[in-house]
Amino acid sequence: MSKSYRDGLPISPENFVDQLMRLKRGSIGRRDFLGLTGLGIATAVMAREIGIMPTPAFAAESLGDRMSIATWPNYHDPATFENFKKDTGVAVEVNVFGSNEEMLAKLQAGASGWSLFVPTNYTISTYKKLGIIEPLEMAKLPNFDGSQEDPRFTGEGTIDAVTYAVPKNWGTTGFAVNTKKLTKPMTSWKEFWDTAMAEGDSRTMVHDYQLTTIGNALKYYGYSFNSLKQDELAKAEELLLKVKPHLFAVSSDYQPGMRAGDAWMTMCWTNDGAQLHRDIPEIAYVLGKEGGEIWTDFYAIPKDAPNKPAGYALLNYLMNPQVAVKEHLANGAPSTDARVNKLLPKEVLDNPILYPAADLLTPLEFGAAATLTDPGRAELMARFKSA
Amino acid sequence: MHGSRLRKNLLTAMLLGPATAWLVVFLVLPFIAIAVFSVGERAPEGGYQAAFTFAQYANLPARATAFWNTMVLAPVGALACLLVAYPVAYYLALRAPQRWRLILLALVVIPFWTSLLMRTYAWMYVLGGRGIPALLAYIGFEDVRLINTPGAVLLGIVYGYLPLMILPIYVSLERLDRRLLEASADLGATPLSTFLGVTLKLSLPGVMTGFSLVMILLLGEYLIPTLLGGGKVFFIGNALVDLFLQSRNWPFGSAIAITLVLVSVVVLIAANRISTRVSGARRVDLI
Repeated sequence: MSKSYRDGLPISPENFVDQLMRLKRGSIGRRDFLGLTGLGIATAVMAREIGIMPTPAFAAESLGDRMSIATWPNYHDPATFENFKKDTGVAVEVNVFGSNEEMLAKLQAGASGWSLFVPTNYTISTYKKLGIIEPLEMAKLPNFDGSQEDPRFTGEGTIDAVTYAVPKNWGTTGFAVNTKKLTKPMTSWKEFWDTAMAEGDSRTMVHDYQLTTIGNALKYYGYSFNSLKQDELAKAEELLLKVKPHLFAVSSDYQPGMRAGDAWMTMCWTNDGAQLHRDIPEIAYVLGKEGGEIWTDFYAIPKDAPNKPAGYALLNYLMNPQVAVKEHLANGAPSTDARVNKLLPKEVLDNPILYPAADLLTPLEFGAAATLTDPGRAELMARFKSA
Repeated sequence: MHGSRLRKNLLTAMLLGPATAWLVVFLVLPFIAIAVFSVGERAPEGGYQAAFTFAQYANLPARATAFWNTMVLAPVGALACLLVAYPVAYYLALRAPQRWRLILLALVVIPFWTSLLMRTYAWMYVLGGRGIPALLAYIGFEDVRLINTPGAVLLGIVYGYLPLMILPIYVSLERLDRRLLEASADLGATPLSTFLGVTLKLSLPGVMTGFSLVMILLLGEYLIPTLLGGGKVFFIGNALVDLFLQSRNWPFGSAIAITLVLVSVVVLIAANRISTRVSGARRVDLI
């Protein structure tokens, strides 16, 4: 059956090198902790030939020749930065992060060196409160058109009518199921957790992330994803402790397990769900009908950005729908911008993983700032993980 | 007289200076910072805010399971390592042909040229569904799961730390005076009692060095249990990563770190005592 010795390998050489490079860049999965590498904040210099290419004359003085951006792994089309450099002469250094908390820690410590970064909705109010970001000068972003943005996704970038951040893309948190292994159709978080203790025993993964793991356990009882109520959290803890012995792993790096067939079901973010389904059609992505999380990633500019002009120039460039559409095709997350949606191919817009039906979106909640920073939830997660 | 002593002192200072400066900057100062953090409070948005309280230390029982898991993992892992390493070291030091010895030793050390993270990640694929389980399925054993089991963690630990155990044991066996073995045999001892009474006893300093080295590193281990154990078993290393990078409760993380350092020191002293006693009052240099 096998035509080549390579067919039977656990992973192709190319894939393995890809994985290694991913690790080298300091990333295993989006919110998976980068501490794994011992580096935490690893840097990939996309523009390898910094300083070698001559700077085009028209952009020279105002933008400088380099800037850096903090973002998520596999989140951009590398060609975007190369084209930006061709147009402006500014080389972009890309810093890849594993969690919002790490980004926050780095910015809190000061002198991050970033001129643009990509925070998730629930952190923006904290950044504003700590005085780390400042209002965007919208006049410098002519490519951004607020009237074309879906207001549901842009809300948290604007505080007291002042815009601090503009959206990059949005997504949801559901679960991925290998439908060949778990044949019973599932539509709810209740079924997710119940199956984890039955047919999915020792084959189910949950995130190593309190926001989503506790949030989706709360959904089992129909409580709010963001609940901070003692009695509701106690119920969620009871469920989590009951499920713990049945789990395959507590990890946000779920793609390898799902791809290898070791894991049959996992909590999952939109873009991972889309990638898994694209490569392995029997892996389905399910949004719990009780609700769960919806999120938006934004662009913001730190107050101490060393090269603000370039930060604005890149942000404006990224807001150009022709550029943004390539970004969406590369990272697989849905767009908030009607102009971009018009340019996306029909099969992307019809993909229910990326653009779910409205009735599934209605009950979803945005994660709240307090949910992320609540010490009680952090301790609950620690008890769950050490149980 | 005076001049030469001065010169001697100057030489000593020059020799020890760089290492001392290094230790002060990268060990003593961070340690002081951690100690200060550990009596502080978590700021509302996470991080540290100044205070003087022992609340973080009082809260240590909240991570009792993590401490307990670590206290079990460290000696068990070190013991497993020892059981695999001793025969290898014995063969290398006493049985291997002279001309092969250097090559074999190099083979023990070569894996160190690649980062442990990379090698552990490779194990994820070997043990994962498309690795050994796929081979087992080929010969009829379906749906075997190896990854994310305690066995996988133990395998990863033995694999990762084996050279650190082999090398000190090899060194102590290599220095063994062969005439003692002959004398023991001449005096009528069986091979087993020669091994127990002479070889093993004289290699104990190496054994204890390797054991303490591996055990201390295992006290802070979190990578292997996370990658090969699926993050289901929570060790002190995992607790620290979560507290510093996720919930950003730096004061509590600092209190745990200080406690871990103290525990490591106690373990080190105890291991030293034991090996001094067992190997007949010979002093053992652990590191």
